Amino acid sequence: MKKTYFDETHCAIGHPKSTFMQWMLTIDHKRIGIMYAVVMMTFFFVAVATAFLMRLELFAPGGQFIDGDTFNQAFTLHGVIMIFLFMVPGIPAIFGNIVMPLMIGAKDVAFPRLNWFTFWLYIVGALFALSTLWTGNGFADTGWTFYAPYSLNTDTSVVMLLVAAFILGMASILTGLNFLVTIHRLRAPGMTFFKMPLFVWGIYATGWIQLLATPVVGITLILALLEKLLGIGIFDPAKGGDPVLFEHLFWIYSHPAVYLMILPAFGVMSEIIPTFSRKEVFGYRTIALSSAAIAGIGYLVWGHHLFTSGMADLAKTVFSFLTFFVAVPTGIKFYDWVATMYGGKIVLRTPMLWALGTIITFVIGGLTGVTITMIGVDIHLQDTYYTVAHFHYAMLGGVAFLMFAGMHYWFPLVTGKMYNEAKAKIAFYIIFIGFNFLWFPMLIAGYLGMPRRYFDYLPEFQIYHQVAFFGAVVFIIGITLMMYVLIQGWRKGEKVGPNPWNATTLEWHLPYSPAPLENHTKVPYVDFDPYEYKNGEPVVKFDYATMKRID
Amino acid sequence: MAHEYVPEIATDREGNEYVVQGWQDDFYGGKLGFWLFMFTEVMMFGAMFLALTYYKTLHPEDFLTASHHLNRLLGGTNTVILLISALTMGLGLLKMRVGDVKGAKLMIYITMFLAAMFLAIKGVEWTEEYEHGIFLMHDKLLPESSFPFGEKLFYGLYFTMTGLHGFHIIIGIGLMIWLLKRINAGKVTPEHHILHWNIALYWDIVHLIWVFVFPYFYMIGANHGN
Repeated sequence: MKKTYFDETHCAIGHPKSTFMQWMLTIDHKRIGIMYAVVMMTFFFVAVATAFLMRLELFAPGGQFIDGDTFNQAFTLHGVIMIFLFMVPGIPAIFGNIVMPLMIGAKDVAFPRLNWFTFWLYIVGALFALSTLWTGNGFADTGWTFYAPYSLNTDTSVVMLLVAAFILGMASILTGLNFLVTIHRLRAPGMTFFKMPLFVWGIYATGWIQLLATPVVGITLILALLEKLLGIGIFDPAKGGDPVLFEHLFWIYSHPAVYLMILPAFGVMSEIIPTFSRKEVFGYRTIALSSAAIAGIGYLVWGHHLFTSGMADLAKTVFSFLTFFVAVPTGIKFYDWVATMYGGKIVLRTPMLWALGTIITFVIGGLTGVTITMIGVDIHLQDTYYTVAHFHYAMLGGVAFLMFAGMHYWFPLVTGKMYNEAKAKIAFYIIFIGFNFLWFPMLIAGYLGMPRRYFDYLPEFQIYHQVAFFGAVVFIIGITLMMYVLIQGWRKGEKVGPNPWNATTLEWHLPYSPAPLENHTKVPYVDFDPYEYKNGEPVVKFDYATMKRID
Repeated sequence: MAHEYVPEIATDREGNEYVVQGWQDDFYGGKLGFWLFMFTEVMMFGAMFLALTYYKTLHPEDFLTASHHLNRLLGGTNTVILLISALTMGLGLLKMRVGDVKGAKLMIYITMFLAAMFLAIKGVEWTEEYEHGIFLMHDKLLPESSFPFGEKLFYGLYFTMTGLHGFHIIIGIGLMIWLLKRINAGKVTPEHHILHWNIALYWDIVHLIWVFVFPYFYMIGANHGN
């Protein structure tokens, strides 16, 4: 029997005998990635349930199920879980851990023990965040943005939540640091930066954002914390502080944060599209460098969150223009993907379906984003459902959809088995339809003036809320089915070989599937591009015993 | 990983051999990782300097008045102490690299002593300010006091930033105690001194931050009102 990474592991401390302790102490990047995935999907469902509670309340005007204060706590809980526990760590922590070292031919990440520590830091942060549901004066009702001065004055447990967000930020920084060093130091011999798979480029750009932007929000949250505990007065106008400064410092991180969510997701897309088009990716360098460009420009656009908060007109104009520029590298990526498919042998398996669906939903999300970049339009649409729908089209329809795509794409790599293809496709269609019914009406309602974060509304908006509710039900049925299919696939799925998709990148060139503990039998010498196809067949072939090329 | 780590060899199609860098025993990787971590420290203090600069443009007069009342003698002494400690730390690393473990340990002890001295002087300084009614949650800095906004913000940021800096000093002392333990246990040796290297780097950042904190708080109002 071949030993896989499910059978043996290295541990951070000692050599425990029990399987449970082996999982708790594991430093194997694949196991850590799986643990992240399990925890994050759990949080995802909690946050979806919270969102559904809000949808239920909004089914009709007036209060039915929950009161206004509970509603405020509900959207804060939804935001905090989705942003800090799911989206920000999301794809890097799951696929960055599982796949990235395999893609560059490394045995593990650069600091495996730090990786283990980071995972538990994330768990501690999550526990801190959720503990405030039961302790103190109730969960925070500030929204996930903690805007001053309200967050400084409210009696709810903001302090604990700020500590939690800081710890989670720390975990995010350490993940980014680990990956940056891994990519710099541990690439297989011969693999230059421009021979790396594009997912690795996405993780690399993300790593820099995590490293340079997260400390800013970390210290901002600490300052808010000290303000609450010691009354320093930095953000509280009653003590001479300026609450707009909080917004600036907060968005200096939190806007790049949306790019650190989407860049690895784009990386997943760049893996799936060439594999299922059986064709070399179009414009490799432009995709790689546009990731870096998005990371760079994304750092300079935070001001567009403050168009209505009071800012000089010149600054507004500059921020507006810089924000338009982000659309350029993003557009380049999308055209590259479409051009990759052009003339390719497209294989419509489930991961490809998810990628194609995302092209539609993310384009809607991206283009609605461009409209609210215009200052005049934004003044009308700020804090309406339009913005909410834009954000969810980009984040749920972009990041989460591509995470699901990745879950289907790398499923055989992680488990060595295959899910039920037909059912997985049905799940995709249900989710896709439900998603659009859920969010498209909100674009219209927002355009007509429905403000976000309100727990009551005028009767003329009822139809939009009801359609959205219908969409939410369909969507939840869809994701439940998707998870069911994946779990069933893991339990009873048909065994498949190490490369069921005929993919070219190194993570598919393992001796058997699931992978052995220290990945490839031997580290290969990389003298080929990541996506070399000829007549729809992979060019590069390996003898898996020696990892030498035999084509 | 008790057994000796032997790096793998990858072979290309011509039969040339390349040593594979593993995560084990990667000196440059460890250094790179710590440099990246130090970037985050710079960004953290950078954000606070940003807030400080912003409020200085709002309340220039109050900032100068408040700065004038800080104790430049104690602050200056502390600057000198910290600079010397950076020197001793660096010398310790040099000694470690040439194989003089005993000398390295002596230098770490001196650095720790200087760090403790820095904290003690800081404590004297804060006590003095407390007696003048200037401390967090105390007398003049309370929300209801009629102390000008600008001075409140100045002192608020002063206690925050010097406090966080002091916290880094305390962590630094902890790291040095750990380093000494690792040296005594034979885990940090002239051949394998990445931990020493990184702690020296940490100490450099700590003193570098102070080099910016000191003029911004103590020196801007030095000639004010004379």
